[in-house]
Amino acid sequence: MSRRGRSGGPSAFNWGSVVLGLAFLYGPIVLLVIYSFNASRLVTVWGGVSIRWYAALARDSQMLDAVWVTLRVGLVSATAATVLGTLAAVTLARSARFPGRTLLAGMIYAPLVMPEVILGLSLLLLFVALDLPRGFWTVTVSHATVTLCYATVVIQARLASFDLSLEEAAQDLGCTPVGAFVKVTLPTIAPAVAAAWMLAFTLSLDDLVIASFTSGPGATTLPMRLYSQVRLGVNPEINAVSTLLIAVVSLGVVAAALIQRRRTA
Amino acid sequence: MRRPWRAALAPYLWLLLFFALPFALVAKLSLSHTVLAMPPYAPQLDLSRGLGGVSAFVRQLSVETYGRLASDRLYLAAYLSSVRLAGLATAILLAIGYPIAYGMSRFAAGARQVLLMAVILPFWTSFLIRIYAWIAILKPAGLLNQALGTLRLGPLDLLNTDSAVIIGLVYAYLPFMVLPIYAVLERQDASLIEAAEDLGCTPTIAFWRVTFPLSLPGVAAGALLCFIPMVGEFVIPDLLGGSQTLMLGRTIWTEFFADRDWPAASAVAVVLLATLIAPILLFQRQQAKVLS
Repeated sequence: MSRRGRSGGPSAFNWGSVVLGLAFLYGPIVLLVIYSFNASRLVTVWGGVSIRWYAALARDSQMLDAVWVTLRVGLVSATAATVLGTLAAVTLARSARFPGRTLLAGMIYAPLVMPEVILGLSLLLLFVALDLPRGFWTVTVSHATVTLCYATVVIQARLASFDLSLEEAAQDLGCTPVGAFVKVTLPTIAPAVAAAWMLAFTLSLDDLVIASFTSGPGATTLPMRLYSQVRLGVNPEINAVSTLLIAVVSLGVVAAALIQRRRTA
Repeated sequence: MRRPWRAALAPYLWLLLFFALPFALVAKLSLSHTVLAMPPYAPQLDLSRGLGGVSAFVRQLSVETYGRLASDRLYLAAYLSSVRLAGLATAILLAIGYPIAYGMSRFAAGARQVLLMAVILPFWTSFLIRIYAWIAILKPAGLLNQALGTLRLGPLDLLNTDSAVIIGLVYAYLPFMVLPIYAVLERQDASLIEAAEDLGCTPTIAFWRVTFPLSLPGVAAGALLCFIPMVGEFVIPDLLGGSQTLMLGRTIWTEFFADRDWPAASAVAVVLLATLIAPILLFQRQQAKVLS
């Protein structure tokens, strides 16, 4: 198939828009990383190369505590979201009709675009009404609620190309419904489940607004800590944390993409 | 399986408890009046009194908070400016996102994969950090003005203005505009363009008559995916905007955390949601169509 046939490859205009677009996307991030190695306290004045802000970071116990809280919230909430999301996605993909399908689908798609302030406020009101003390668990439950919707969409997209009759065949051959799911469906959608978990984990790691509403004393997450610092002004230590965070996430994403490519190749 | 939907019982109940019920609470609180500025709010639902309790509760609900919102200029200004800034940013995003998506779709398959990942990658890095990066660029003695200074161009005072908010919105949401448009363009059958050109269209006319109309579903998805959350955006107006930048997301935050006026925060949330319900339903219909 001569897909790009006559018009040939990308034109100068195509090159220009892609290069400028990527420069716009990456420029600010690159500057932020460069200035994390700045010796000067003034973030925007270059004072030579130094790793003093990384050293300062290692001594900042409040920041390290926040990192620890964030990782725990992310691990627990992403796991819960992936389990719930898999169940929801399988049901939505498998049965075109069942009682309340529209409601379930609505509750899954709505949070994807809903402003975070509304989600945060409404969850907080729930926790207040239930008289639950705010802290680690309230943030975790809130993150699981929002990220389960993303997890469902990712897994549902993969299930769209999955032949459900395979599962029926397994059941005809004597598998229980749960057995057929575990032995046939789950291995097939495993890459999507892993991708859903990673997405849920990253979203939880990144969330400021919902955590601010639903968290309490002793459960300050990294974005909450960063936000209170940023409000005081730019500070090279924030650049250092950000650089580390960007490095970890980029390595994870690139590694995941390479693994998936090797599997499909 | 006779009742396959039983598997969905757990997510179903979870979402009812943590998504639907909280909304009912927001709606209820927006119709309540403040008692001493902190919970509990009157009226309270007393289920032990049976139906009498319910009707007493309903009779006591008041639209007083909404009246307060309508009569206060500040809320109206915040509402209009949210919609205006989000609309403007969506238009700019379309103008720069489309050429990027189109450019990407013209590359060979291998290069397209790399470009796709390059556009997605920033989405995985923290939103807060990416907005923070712009403070150092836009502030008065920041990197942009240093660069302009070496070119002998006047300093631009952008930080804490609506322009900075627009820049932040466009920057943060660009991948959400590029990806849906790219997804449509990438799947497009190139032979359609060849046919148009064989029938005498110039490449430009072929683009406007064939490629662009066929990519409109992607354009619509991208515009909705950006516009809806941008109207309620909090972080960007808070960090890049000035004290005069009013947006609804920020108003809810301030009412809640600074003024401790929970009924007002809830009422603003209900108004915001009412504004977004039509675009959200539109987006849902499209998602359902794509996924099924």
